[in-house]
Formats: sequence, structure tokens, C-alpha cells
Amino acid sequence: MDKSEPQVKEEKPNAFIRIVKQVGNALLVPLLAVITAMIVGGLVIAGAKGDPFAAYAGLFEGAFGTLRALSETTVWATPYIFAGLAVALAFKGGLFNIGAEGQLALGAVASAWVGYRLPELLGTTIPGAIHLPLTVGAGMLAGAIWGAIPGWLKAKTGAHEVINTIMMNYIALNLVSYLLNGPMKDPDPLNVIARTPLISEGAQIPVIFSKYRFHWGFILALVVAFLVWWLLWKTTLGFEIRTAGSNPDAGKYAGINVSRTIVLTMTLSGMLAGLAGAIEVTALNYRHELGFSQGYGFDAIAIALLGKSHPFGAVVGAILFGAMRNGATRMQFLTQIPVDVISVIQALILLFVAADAIVRFIYRIRAPREQVVLTRGWGK
Amino acid sequence: MEIRRYTFIALIIIVLIGVVVVVGKSEVSPGVIIVSMIATTIAVATPLTLGALTGVFCERAGVVNIGIEGMMLASAFFGWFGAIYMNTILKMGAFPSLIIGVIIAVITGGLLGLLHAVLSVTFKVDQIIGGTVINLLAVGISGFLNRQLFFEKGSIFGGQVPHAPGVLPRLHIPLLGDIPVVGTVFEQQPITIAAILLVIITHYVLFYTRWGLRTRAVGEHPRAADTVGINVYRMRYLNVIIGGLIAGLAGAYFTLESVPSFEPLMTNGRGFIALAAMIFGNWSPFGSWAAALVFGAASALQINLQFFRELIPPQWAFFQSSAVVGMVPYILTMLIMTGIIGKTRAPAADGIPYEK
Amino acid sequence: MTTILELKGITKQFPGVLANDHVDFDLKKGEIHALLGENGAGKTTLMNILYGLYKPDSGELYRDGKEVSLNSPKDAIAIGIGMVHQHFMLIPVFTVTENIMLGEEKLKNAVLDRNGVSAKVGELSQKYGLEIDPESFVEDIPVGVQQRVEIVKTLYRKAEILILDEPTAVLTPQEVEDLFRIMRELTSQGVSIIFITHKLKEVLKIADRITVMRAGKVVGTAIPSETDESHLAAMMVGREVILNVEKEPAQPKEDVLQVIDLKVNDLRGLEAVRGVTFSVRAGEILGIAGVQGNGQTELVEALTGLRQSTGGKVVLQGKDMTNNPPRPIIENGLSHIPEDRQRHGLVLAYPVADNLVLCNYYLPPFGVNFVMQNKAIDENARKLVKDFDIRTPSPFVPTSNLSGGNQQKVIVARELSRPVQLLIANQPTRGLDVGSIEYIHRQIVNMRGKGVAVLLVSAELDEIMSLADRIAVMYQGKIVDIVDTQKTTKSELGLKMAGAQAQA
Repeated sequence: MDKSEPQVKEEKPNAFIRIVKQVGNALLVPLLAVITAMIVGGLVIAGAKGDPFAAYAGLFEGAFGTLRALSETTVWATPYIFAGLAVALAFKGGLFNIGAEGQLALGAVASAWVGYRLPELLGTTIPGAIHLPLTVGAGMLAGAIWGAIPGWLKAKTGAHEVINTIMMNYIALNLVSYLLNGPMKDPDPLNVIARTPLISEGAQIPVIFSKYRFHWGFILALVVAFLVWWLLWKTTLGFEIRTAGSNPDAGKYAGINVSRTIVLTMTLSGMLAGLAGAIEVTALNYRHELGFSQGYGFDAIAIALLGKSHPFGAVVGAILFGAMRNGATRMQFLTQIPVDVISVIQALILLFVAADAIVRFIYRIRAPREQVVLTRGWGK
Repeated sequence: MEIRRYTFIALIIIVLIGVVVVVGKSEVSPGVIIVSMIATTIAVATPLTLGALTGVFCERAGVVNIGIEGMMLASAFFGWFGAIYMNTILKMGAFPSLIIGVIIAVITGGLLGLLHAVLSVTFKVDQIIGGTVINLLAVGISGFLNRQLFFEKGSIFGGQVPHAPGVLPRLHIPLLGDIPVVGTVFEQQPITIAAILLVIITHYVLFYTRWGLRTRAVGEHPRAADTVGINVYRMRYLNVIIGGLIAGLAGAYFTLESVPSFEPLMTNGRGFIALAAMIFGNWSPFGSWAAALVFGAASALQINLQFFRELIPPQWAFFQSSAVVGMVPYILTMLIMTGIIGKTRAPAADGIPYEK
Repeated sequence: MTTILELKGITKQFPGVLANDHVDFDLKKGEIHALLGENGAGKTTLMNILYGLYKPDSGELYRDGKEVSLNSPKDAIAIGIGMVHQHFMLIPVFTVTENIMLGEEKLKNAVLDRNGVSAKVGELSQKYGLEIDPESFVEDIPVGVQQRVEIVKTLYRKAEILILDEPTAVLTPQEVEDLFRIMRELTSQGVSIIFITHKLKEVLKIADRITVMRAGKVVGTAIPSETDESHLAAMMVGREVILNVEKEPAQPKEDVLQVIDLKVNDLRGLEAVRGVTFSVRAGEILGIAGVQGNGQTELVEALTGLRQSTGGKVVLQGKDMTNNPPRPIIENGLSHIPEDRQRHGLVLAYPVADNLVLCNYYLPPFGVNFVMQNKAIDENARKLVKDFDIRTPSPFVPTSNLSGGNQQKVIVARELSRPVQLLIANQPTRGLDVGSIEYIHRQIVNMRGKGVAVLLVSAELDEIMSLADRIAVMYQGKIVDIVDTQKTTKSELGLKMAGAQAQA
């Protein structure tokens, strides 16, 4: 062994440079994809008789220009981070969770229910130390169940999770619409919209600043991103998830219970999406309102892909998307370009990230040797 | 096997129709309800039938297409916009405007089909991701343009929602349409009738023509097709584009045949349900149609139950909510995807990019 | 005899490999010209060029003396070239007729003329003695018949030059005889055949001329009557090959694996293993011989926990392991070198180091309390890369960057470096270069020396003969016979593989 010491140094020449190079390579294509999408988006704006430069300036100002803008960007980014992590984790496990939207909505409803209804049922206030974890936990549980069902169906029957998670989205949206218009509707006689009553104080995460909406949820999201990274790359469970995702046949051969891993991955993924909903209820809105989610679950797909299914990449992607959504209002105010153009740009970003071959083709970048498997077709 | 599948399909449809008959019988005679349910079923199954045929063309050639939803949505928007433009700006009159609207919708679908082909065949993007890109792109573009063109000051319609040219008229089919009571089943609008004709044509093309043989070969074993001189890429491109054209027609159904308006996200998952219908229909045109009718019946249940809402007994109050009844097609889809009603067999090379 | 086809100076470069290096080759009318060479010698590349699938970087091609350029299989078909690929180019869910007409469809009133083609197929199969049923589905007919369909497919396209790529790999000795009869029939009617193979005996038996390729170059041409096996082998490999592996006589001890009346279904639900009984003892190698597709794959999958059995018992080290999932079997001492190494054996996207702990990542020292111990994993990787001579720039590069031989070494290193009582090696050397084959053979014999029970499954009879102490012959899901390697001959085994002694 003593002889191998100098060899070690040869094998890992300057770990730091290696990591920088790796990160640089990983970021290059997504960065170019964003730039390309912005250029094409600019053409769309110009086509709609707008000034793309003014629009992007307004966008930037609205996202980062003031402390308030910065705070609002984090507010937008928070559910994006959780939902992006949910989709990214599933991708790592070889699963395509298009159901984050539904898991998130159900998580929010469950949280809201425990938040306002539980004290009523018990006839007493519950101390925050118990009530808050229960409220957040209920949202995570609901999301987890909603994710676990398509996972279980995939493991047991081979039913493709893409169709099933989409169906679960629609079922969840119908269910939430029923609940918020019916049994869970805010009984306040002045209320005309589909929303729950406010959750009780014990279930609320306290505000940090009275002037800004920046809340603890953003910090929690960053912590959770670190935890997901740790889970995926530092634990045996993460090894199992990645193996089942990368090559399920090899996983089975190696003694990994692939079916169980699939269910577990979808459960964790759903839990993260449910957490996104729970945090929106407990840290921001203090209630659940129909249609509060502006397609977070779908944007999360683009965010996860933009982040190359890496938890830290998802954080960066989430902040970018949050900034765009947030800045769009200012852009519309300044230039009269509808905020909806952001959806077009985001879809274009997804297009160029997913079809990185196009970006590589435009900028003449060599392809990596090994393509990572993201999803699989119906053939089992 | 196939008989079992079709029996099952017939059974679900009968149950769904039966529910409405049982609930509404005190107000309307069962015969009328049944006829109305069947007519509605056939009509609302149209986008599902067409969407499933899109899937059949794409997947028989080996390309998974989950972008049908987006293709429909974008076509619905552009077709609608085209019809209004012709009607309001060019003053073309309602019927010609609608026809041009349908043509624009079909072309939109074809262009998105071309995009999907470029992504999945040329750039070999993961096909499910490629489809998702199309779905999100369609949501973004239709939402953006809908606001930009119709609701912004200084837009071509001056910020006012213009008058829509209505919907495509019902066609009267001689003989069949003249039968009393039952005749209404055959009084359908043109896209619905076109969908049924397309089912027959697709079946014929797929199993009796050179094109069909080659399409299926490319979807089952592209290398084998390549070695006998068939251009795999060309076949895949053309089939995906054909699929897109059909999805465009499905899109036209939403804004030019069903209702004379456009709502963001109005396709409401029917592109995905169409895919489930295709899978349940074992990638065959007639099977897909039969499966689409099941979902059509589920939607017809929701529509017809509205009329009899007060008649639902109080202990079933849960089902008075249209949101609750609206879950039925989605739950049905999931049941069908589990394969409890019999496993189906996808084309062997479905979803796998071909590398020369 | 006139020369009808000539290739001159064909060169084809792939990233990192010079597959064909100025290759000359010619074919005369009505002859069988064998193209002999190891895996990776460049035979298939040359034929794919001839069939229009690849374009050569340089070189010319002459048909009847005229230079031609082939851009697609269509061009090749047009000048009368037909190819039967090693992996059949047939669509399982199509009928024989549909497969044959694909690409050359006959129409009647714009509709496929299935009856017309069917009649034509019948005619062709009569003329050349190729018995096939035009109406049956390809997935329902045996491999030997599928091959005939492939041949008729080329004849339907009026092929005068037939390329047969490793046609005997999937056939029983009897089916091989039948194929040779057909080949002679075809040449007698004016068809010329290029016969690609790496099997010396077959070449000597059937070919009129033999061209030997090695590492992308033609090393020589011979006539069967003027050469012999060892001479051809030397040409093929470039040195004298040691056909026998040196080993001590076996000293078998107690039974490690007992298989009792095991029944297993295949993917389609048909019984593939139909009640087999055998045992493997510590310190011996039991070889399973048989033509591919006689239930070996399903047998191994059932033994390793990858597939449920439908009847019978599997006992490993005295413990009943029937229908256990893989992990308990692995923990009870199984090591498995899988048949499909890229599909089952490796996660190609993972670094070599991770693949080296694929089966024991969760056990100390690699996994402690559910946390991966990277230090131990790295150390293990460095050690195994050195001990097993895995050629890789570092243990941290993706395994997909390694050559096939080195990928197999990663599997072998992983499987042999942990405590093992039973080693199941399924086609351990398929598609590898001679150096890697010798290395892996030595490792297997070493394990036997250490008292490990070894079950070796191979389609290469030579490999079984040189490694195994006892040989079980599988035919149609049953073990026809178990014999001592010392007391049998290749031809006797060949007969058994064809089911000739099913009554024994």
C-alpha cells in the first residue's frame, strides 16, 4: 500500500481544478440554453411590437432592483425550489414526476385543514411546538401519498408514471376545487372565493420582517436542497435510488429491491412537492386559496431539467424562474408586454435545455460521451 | 382477448349511461336520456379519438408523443384566432371563416408535429421530455398571444373581444338521420364525423397499404427496415407530422365545433387521456376509438348529470359536485393503465431513437 | 469461374479503431468464400460496407468489373447483394410473407398483395429446398427456420451474392448441416456466398476459399485442402494459441449448489426450463453446454434470483433458496458474472469505483449506518484496479469509457473479490479479445483451486471442454446428460446438444 501513495496524487491531479472544470462543463449548456431562449424570446417580444431591451431591463429591475424586489424573488423561488427538488429527485430515480402540481395542491389543502380545523375539532388551541410540525407534516404526508400511488402502480403493474401522475393532477385539482367550494370553504359571510379560513396562530411560521415578505421557507428550502444532495450521493438509499434510475436491471442483479425503491422515490418526491404546498400555507398565505399555485409543479419540470437533475442546479434554476415570474410584473408595468411572455421564454428554456443537442449544434460544443437516461417509454 | 376488451368497454359505457337513466328517469323518459347520452358520448369522444389516432401514427412508427395535449391546445387557439380574423377583419362570413380556422388549426398541429419530429428523430431528445416541451410551449404561446391579441390596448381587435363566428353546423345524414328519436345520434358536427371516418381510414392505411407496413416495421424493428432500404428517419418524420395534423383537427374541435371561445388550458388533459385510450386500444385505430368512447361516456355522464343535480338523493350529496363527477375519466384512465383489463403490447421500438 | 465482385483497398476508421485497413477481397461466381477472423477483426464492418450500411473512408468496389458506389442497402440490393445478418432482421409480429415483401412490396389495386407474394415465396422455397410456411408469424417459428426466411428474403430480391454473417452461431449441429446443404444447393444454381465466421471446422468443411482477417487487415487467403485448423488459428490470432487451459485435476468436495427438478418459464410464459436436476460441488467446474436458447438464460436467472421458478427447489449451502430475491442469495455466497454485462452487470454511467461495490455498497466498510464511506470505496477501487489489471485512466471515470474487455474485468474483479462459495459465470468471454479471454479463464480456474463451486454456461463448446470438469448438456429446457469431460468428445457432445440422446 505504501507504494501506491504517489500514484494517488497522479490519479487526482488537483481535485479543485477538476471540480471547477466539472461544474463549468455542467453549467455551460444550461447557461447557453437560457441565453438562446432569451434571444428567441426577445424576437417574440419584438414581433409583438415591444422593445425587448426595455422589457428585459424591466424584468431585471423587477427581480433584483430593490430590496423588496429581491425579497419577492425569494418568495417566488421558495415553492419552485421544493417542487424542483421533487422532480429532480424523481429524475435521479429514473422516474418522471409530472404530478408535482397535484401533490403540491393536496399538500397545501392538508396543511390548511390541520392548521384551522384541528384546534376546532379538539376544542382548544394547540401549542405551536406541536401544531406547526403537525401542520407541515400533514402537507408532506398528503404529497407523499399522492406521489406514492403512481409509484406503487408502476412497481406493481408497470403502469407508466407519466400518465398516472398527470391523471393524479387532475384528480387532485378536482378534489381541491370540491373541498374549497364545499366542506372547507371559509364560512366568513363576506367571503365569495374558494379558500379556507386562516390557520390558527400556532400553525403559522412567524414572519421575519414586517416590511418584506421574505420568509423562513426560503431558508428551509436551501437546507432541504442540501439534504436531498446528501441523501442522493452520501447514503446507501441514494445509491439505490440512483442505481434503480440509471440501470434498473443492474440494480435488481445487485440485490436492490427496485420496486421498493421506485415506490420510495415517488413517495419522497411527492413529499417534497407536498412540502412546497405546506410551506406556502404555513409561512406565507396562512390559508389555502384555489389556484394559488401558478403552475409551480409544471415549471418545476423545466427547473429540474435546467438544473440537470442536481439539487443545487434545481436551486439555481428555481431562483432564475422565480426572478422571471417576479420581474415580469414590473416589465408589464413599464413596457405593456403581458407577463405571459415569461411562459413562452420558460418553455423555450426548457426546449433548449432538453434538446441540448440543438444548443451544442448552434454553439459547436462537443457532446458528452454518455447520455444520461431520464425516462423510459411504455415498453417495459 | 380482444373480445374481452370490447365487452368490458361496452359494459362501462352501459353502466355510465345507466347511472344517468336511474337518476333522471323521474323527469325524462329513459329512451330520450339514452339517445342523448349516446349522441353526447360520440361528440365529446371526438378529441380523444383524434388524439388517440395521433398517438397511433406516431407510436406505430416508434415515436412516443405525450405532446398531443399541447398540439391540441395550440391548434385550438390558432384555429380560433384564424376564424375570428377572417370573420371580423376580412369579413368573410361565418362558415368560410370556420373552414379556414380548421385549416389553420390542422397546419398548426402539423408544424408542432414537425417540431416533435425534429426533437425526437433528428436531435434524439428523450421523447417524453420533447413532448413535455411541446406541452409547455403550447401553454405559454397560447396564453401569451391570447392576451396580446385580444385583450391588450392597441391589439388588432382594439382590446375588445371580437364576435366569434359561432361553431360548425350539424350535418344531416340522409336516411340514418331521419329515423325518429334515434336519428339524433347521427346528427353530428363535421369534425366528429371526420374523426369516425379517420378511424376507418387509419385502420385501412395501417394494415392494408405499403405505407402502413413500412410504418409498423419502423416502429417494431427500425434496423430491419433500414436493411431493406426503408428510410427510417423519413418514415418517422412523416408519421409524426401526420399525427400532428390529426391533433390539429382535434384542436379545432375545441374552439370551432364544441364552443365558440378559447380558454387558456381548455384541453384539460384530454391529450393525455387520448394516449391512455390508445394504449388501452392496443395501438389500433378501432380499439382506440372504443376506448375513447368510454371516456366520452364518462364526460357525457358529467354533462348530463348537471341537469338532474337536484334529483341526486341527499345521502349521495358528494356526487352533486361536478368537480367530483369530473374525476371519473381520470380515475378510469388510471384503472386502465394498471392493465387489470388485460395487458397490451407496445410497438417494440416505441420511444427508442434510431441510431444508424 | 468469373469474378463477380471485387473490393480494393477498403479502409474504414471509427473513433479510436481502424476497423478496416486497406482490405482487398473478391468473390467468384458460384463459390463459397469464407471470411474468417476473431470478434473485432473487422469482418462485419467490411460486410456492412459491402451492404451499403457504412461508407468506406477510401477504397473501391467493383461489380462485374464496373466500379459502383453504395450509399444505402437499397443500392446494394439493386446490384444483387443480399445479407443475412447475425442478428436476424425480421419483425417478430409480422408474418413470413410480410417480412419478405417489406421494402419490395407488391401491390394490387393499391392494396398489399399478400397472396401474390405468398405464392412467390412458396415458389422460391420449392426451388432451393428451403421449407417455410409463408403464413406463420416469425415470432412463432424456430431460429433455424427464421434463418431460411432471411435467405428467401434475399432471393426474393433476386440476390446473386449472399452474405451470411456468423450464420451458425444460433444453430444446432443438425441445423448447421441443413444450412450447409442449402448453401450447396444455392451455389449449384449460380448464387455466390460470402460466409463470415470464426469457426475453423465449419470453414474447412464448406468453403471453396478462405480469407483470414486480423485487426482490420487481410492476413492471407487459403484453400481448404491446403491448410488445417492450427494453421488457420495461428493466422487468425497472430500466434500459436493455447487451446487448453492448464489446470490441476479437480478435487471436488461437498455439494454447494443443489438444483432439484427446477422449472422456469420464459418471458412469454412458456416453460423454458422443464425440470432440471444437478449439483455443483466445491472445487469443481460444472459446464452447461447447449445451443443458445435452450433454457440456459432462464436457468441462470432462476438460480440467481432474477426470475421466479414455477416448480422445483434450489439449495445453496444447505439453505433452501428457491425463489428468493437476489440479495439473500448473494449474501449466502453467490457471485454471478451475468450473460449481458452491460444490461445486468454494470451501471455504465457510474464511475468504475461505484461499480466495484455494486453488490456490497451497504455492507461495512463501504456502507456504515446507511452512509456511504467514500474513503473505503476509493481504496477498494484502487486495489482492485491494480490486482485485476483493469485498464482505466482512473477508478473515477465512467465505466462506459472502458473497453468491453475491461468492463468485463470490472465485473470479474467485483464478483471474485468478495467471499464466494458459488460462482455462476454465464458466457463470461463472449465478444472479448483473446487476451481477456485467457485472463478470465485463468481466474475461473483459480477460483476452482480455492474450493469454489463454479457453474459455467457457455455457447462455445471449446470453452466448456477446456474449463469444465463435468459437462451438463441442455436441450429444450432439459438436461440431456451429465458427463465427465475426460470421457467424452466434442462430436458426442454435439449430438447430445441436438437432442440425439434424449432418451438417455
